[in-house]
Amino acid sequence: MPSNGPSVTKAIAGLDIAHRIEQKFPGAVEEAIPEAATMKADRLAEVCAFLRDDPDLKFEFLSSLTAVDRLEYFEVVYHLTSIRLNQMTAIKVKASDRENPRVPSVTGVWVGANLQEREAYDLMGIVFVGHPDLRRMFLWDGFDGWPLRKDYLVGPGGRFPGLERFPGESQEPLGGRG
Amino acid sequence: MTVQTEPFVVNLGPQHPSTHGVFRLRLTLDGERIIDADMVMGYLHRSMEKLAEERTYTQNIPFTDRTDYLAAMTGNLAYVIAVEQLCGIEPPDRAQWLRTIMCELQRIASHCMAVGIFANDCGAWQTPVMHMLRDREKVLDLFEMACGARLTLNYMRIGGVSRDVPPEFMPTARKLIKDLPKKLDEYEDLLLENEIIVERSRGIGVLTPEQAMAHSVSGPMLRASGVAWDIRKADPYAAYDKVDFDIAVGVHGDVYDRFVVRLAEMRESVKILEQALELIPEGPVHAQLPTATVQPIDQPVAPLAIRPPVGEAYGRIESPRGELGFYLISDGSPAPFRFHIRSPSYINLTPLKLMSVGGTVADAIVILGSVDIIVGEVDR
Repeated sequence: MPSNGPSVTKAIAGLDIAHRIEQKFPGAVEEAIPEAATMKADRLAEVCAFLRDDPDLKFEFLSSLTAVDRLEYFEVVYHLTSIRLNQMTAIKVKASDRENPRVPSVTGVWVGANLQEREAYDLMGIVFVGHPDLRRMFLWDGFDGWPLRKDYLVGPGGRFPGLERFPGESQEPLGGRG
Repeated sequence: MTVQTEPFVVNLGPQHPSTHGVFRLRLTLDGERIIDADMVMGYLHRSMEKLAEERTYTQNIPFTDRTDYLAAMTGNLAYVIAVEQLCGIEPPDRAQWLRTIMCELQRIASHCMAVGIFANDCGAWQTPVMHMLRDREKVLDLFEMACGARLTLNYMRIGGVSRDVPPEFMPTARKLIKDLPKKLDEYEDLLLENEIIVERSRGIGVLTPEQAMAHSVSGPMLRASGVAWDIRKADPYAAYDKVDFDIAVGVHGDVYDRFVVRLAEMRESVKILEQALELIPEGPVHAQLPTATVQPIDQPVAPLAIRPPVGEAYGRIESPRGELGFYLISDGSPAPFRFHIRSPSYINLTPLKLMSVGGTVADAIVILGSVDIIVGEVDR
């Protein structure tokens, strides 16, 4: 348990976590950037179990799971927290088949992935192999398409709606306030 | 002789007062025992994550008011912290303290609703919630002074807050936090030993610490299970590293403990506010944004939009409901490439089936009440 004084969560960089995983499972890491380490999809389950159980890592809390459309491929991002050791890291896994993106489910490691994987399936169309109950979450059954994909459709109102000034209003910039 | 019953389905919601919004629970019952619980949601789904990809970073702040509409300040703060991480902006001291003050006021307002409505769910009909609403109203008056709005506040900005508080804010806030402990005593007298609440919530919906962590449960629910995890302590943001407070934890992890933890957290918030109102320094409330991130683009729209460098950031804070995180990816344009909200209301629903199965319909109502969901944040 964290001590009762001010402390800061230790962020384990992607390169560091990749190094530790590589020592245990050679060849499991596909690439690593400072923000996150990318795993090979077929090694994901054993790597996640290792991250959860290793005494120096103890990532027993899956903070966030989400999917990103990187245009050439899809990416699933896992943000992990260790409550006991107060540290955080992020790992990713790629799904390169745009027609049928498939990623192994991590519900066997963290039960908390259940609803989050269903959300990623619903909105991005990632199939999580091994998920116990993969159904649409927010949209209805029979909804056509996966709205969060970049090729779904452009948001209503176009890009940056409502930024035009009113007639007669000063055209001066807002002074760096965004 | 045992009576054989056939399982049947009851739809709890979407229009039902104890679902706290448009949320549907499909309960399969055997007699009065729940044998399966299935959540149906999406009635309030506005696809904010898609909309945000077409808007500038500043234009997205109002969306964060409309996710968790009972805690708009914390929604704002989590988002601007994520953008500040992306850009490397450090807000000035006074802004950090104002953020702390606003978030703690918001926590009090939000927990007032949570505790009051929970008492409603238990059957203490309307009286406690009306008392709680009276106090929440005072907090909303303060917000109105600071930013003109009472519900969708839109107060935080990237690099600070939208404006400094007016001179009458501080005396009014001091008076509020001076009166509040007496009110809290009153509520504790009224509710803690209240037989209706105790009988309906003790030993119901129990989560062990291991179960709570494995299900990614956060906030008062996690602390009620005995895990002293609070991002304000573990990873301080704003000015939380400069104030002294305790983490309220429960023992049994049941519905009653969640309710007690929320009451105790309101006292801790008062403690933080007492210190913050004394310690807040004078000074600017908005950082000058670095010129590298503020560049005119080649068209009349978005003349001075913030353009964070290419990268990604996960900003998280302790909202009244738990870990509220924003995962942002920037491709260097004025709009986020990906905007994901890690919403505590949604993820705290993960163990709902585990907690409800085996109980009665009446238990399901108080269990759902103890999760304290905001459907705007569940569906987004």
